[in-house]
Amino acid sequence: MEQLLQQIVNGISLGSIYALIALGYTMVYGIIKLINFAHCDIYMIGAYVGYVCMAKLGLGFFPSLLASMLVCTLLGVAIEKIAYKPLRNATRIAALITAIGVSLFLEYTTMFFATANVRTYPPMTGFMAKTFKMGNVVISAQQILIAIITIILMVLLQLIVKKTRIGKAMRAVSLDKDAAELMGINADSTISFTFALGSALAGAAGILVGVYYNSINPLMGVLPGLKAFVAAVFGGIGIIPGAMLGGYLIGIIETFVAGFGYSMYRDAVVFAILILILILRPAGLLGKNTGEKV
Amino acid sequence: MKKYSVIFMLLLSMLIFASCSQTASTNQNVIKIGVNYELSGGVATYGQSSVEGIELAVEQINQAGGINGKKIQLVKYDNKSDASEATTLATRLITQDKVVAVLGPATSGAFMATIPVANQNKVPVISGSATADNVTVDDKGVKEYAFRICFTDSQQGRAVAKFALENLSSKKAVIIMDSSSDYAKGLAEAFTSTFEAGGGTIVAQEAYMAGDTDFNAVLTSIKGKDFDVIFIPGYYNEAGLIIKQARAQGIDVPILGADGFDSPKLAELAGAEALNNVYFTNHYSSVDSSSVVAEFVEAFKTKYKKEPDAFNALGYDLAKFVADALGRAEKIDGESLKKALETTKDFEGVTGTMSVDENHNVVKDIIVIELKDGQQYKTYRVTE
Repeated sequence: MEQLLQQIVNGISLGSIYALIALGYTMVYGIIKLINFAHCDIYMIGAYVGYVCMAKLGLGFFPSLLASMLVCTLLGVAIEKIAYKPLRNATRIAALITAIGVSLFLEYTTMFFATANVRTYPPMTGFMAKTFKMGNVVISAQQILIAIITIILMVLLQLIVKKTRIGKAMRAVSLDKDAAELMGINADSTISFTFALGSALAGAAGILVGVYYNSINPLMGVLPGLKAFVAAVFGGIGIIPGAMLGGYLIGIIETFVAGFGYSMYRDAVVFAILILILILRPAGLLGKNTGEKV
Repeated sequence: MKKYSVIFMLLLSMLIFASCSQTASTNQNVIKIGVNYELSGGVATYGQSSVEGIELAVEQINQAGGINGKKIQLVKYDNKSDASEATTLATRLITQDKVVAVLGPATSGAFMATIPVANQNKVPVISGSATADNVTVDDKGVKEYAFRICFTDSQQGRAVAKFALENLSSKKAVIIMDSSSDYAKGLAEAFTSTFEAGGGTIVAQEAYMAGDTDFNAVLTSIKGKDFDVIFIPGYYNEAGLIIKQARAQGIDVPILGADGFDSPKLAELAGAEALNNVYFTNHYSSVDSSSVVAEFVEAFKTKYKKEPDAFNALGYDLAKFVADALGRAEKIDGESLKKALETTKDFEGVTGTMSVDENHNVVKDIIVIELKDGQQYKTYRVTE
């Protein structure tokens, strides 16, 4: 029982990270039907910005978190303006290939400047270094922090999407871009805003991973990025609560598979789930099966 | 007329002989040794460190009068961490520069690529750090002109097991293995067979892939089991994180590793407070108290203004080891050197006292380093 609880704690920490990344995938897909493969590298950049802030500039965790979210926001918007906007009316495959190109560009530019070596965050002190014990279940302060920050960010995101004008605009553009434009909504700035939100969340995920696992490298985004994408599809791509649910479920499933002694099959199981979902519920757990109008 | 011609012939032949011996003597005043190392590319740090050690040793040998009066001259090339480049360079060193031996490359793969060239031309190649089991010997028998001065992966795995059984009195081990490298597999196999032969049991064997960062699930599942030691065959990148997460979960049994742990990154990744009760085998440790090591550390610090690492020590030993054999060789050529290398016995180096066995491997003590608060604290020697 204690082991089960401990595994759930492990799974939630891992799942929070997937959920934060998955949100960015799902929002961008929802609004321009693009799988933004560069998203996982924005997460990596977030981790590096956090590293520079904490290890080189000596900032505390929260200022570094804000700095890395800010840098990622700007980066996300810049990528959208430079790489995707000129392709707004091109074929979907062209935009997809551009996304892969941007992803490789970010990875290898980082590798050029920061080298391929693994880098480590400075040792945590004070509250961040604490662990709490409940019987045999050990929870570290960092795990609590990851869970809380993830939940706060998700609530904020929901508030923005549901309660603000820009959120309304986002929903309108994702439903029908042309009609939204006819109603006087500036589609371009709405799309930029979506990229900004998603990238900020990825940046937060990056620095949380840096603090939690203490190991970052230029290719760290690739596998978590793929799994977050699976999480987004799992929950129903384009649906924000779906990405959260998907992220947590993937994290917990992965932890349980590894915990039962099948750690070598962990990634295989995640991708097997993707295949099953695509066969059984193509629209995802929370997705509605709507036919596409031709 | 005939008499004159005889005298003339005699003079001519004397002249030729004299000129001959003259060129021969300039050649014989130096002994050329090739250096074929990774000075750039992926594993450049291995090559650069080894060469620093080699150059220090050669400097010392030459200052002490060389080998039977002849100075050593190094011919140094950069193989760019590339196996085919290493082969080309070995050929160039042997056929054009006419070296008597080639030192390096540092990694097993690149070193093995140069062995066919060595065998063909009957010039020994010697590596300081190629640890894969099949480097000097394979199914077809021992590779005649290949030698090394480091222990093999399986020697190391056996030493870790022996250390666990004898020094830590462990009986139940958990193995968490890097399943993506042959190095880790070799270590795990050797450890398992020695540990089980010594009365121990392997309680669980878990695996991970290079690049993984989350080991909490695996650690939680082994936490419920009864064991008294963890062995992690793998490299510091993942081992550091495993140790960190294991200690955070309250697993405080001794953790063992091999030379893959040897990097300052291990302490950065795991954090100093997690690195207690952690032991790993290595070629050499600067905290070793023997006089050979102390002298080496002193000389190295004077020349390079830094603490020597294991590759520095191996490079140093490698040059001295070859010089020792050259001193005993009948003639200065590849075949005589090979014979001398084969009969090396109790050569005292910084990385241990070594004798060459019939498979061209060295038999030597293996050093186990204990870490305390992230620092090298104490060393133990394990004899096979």
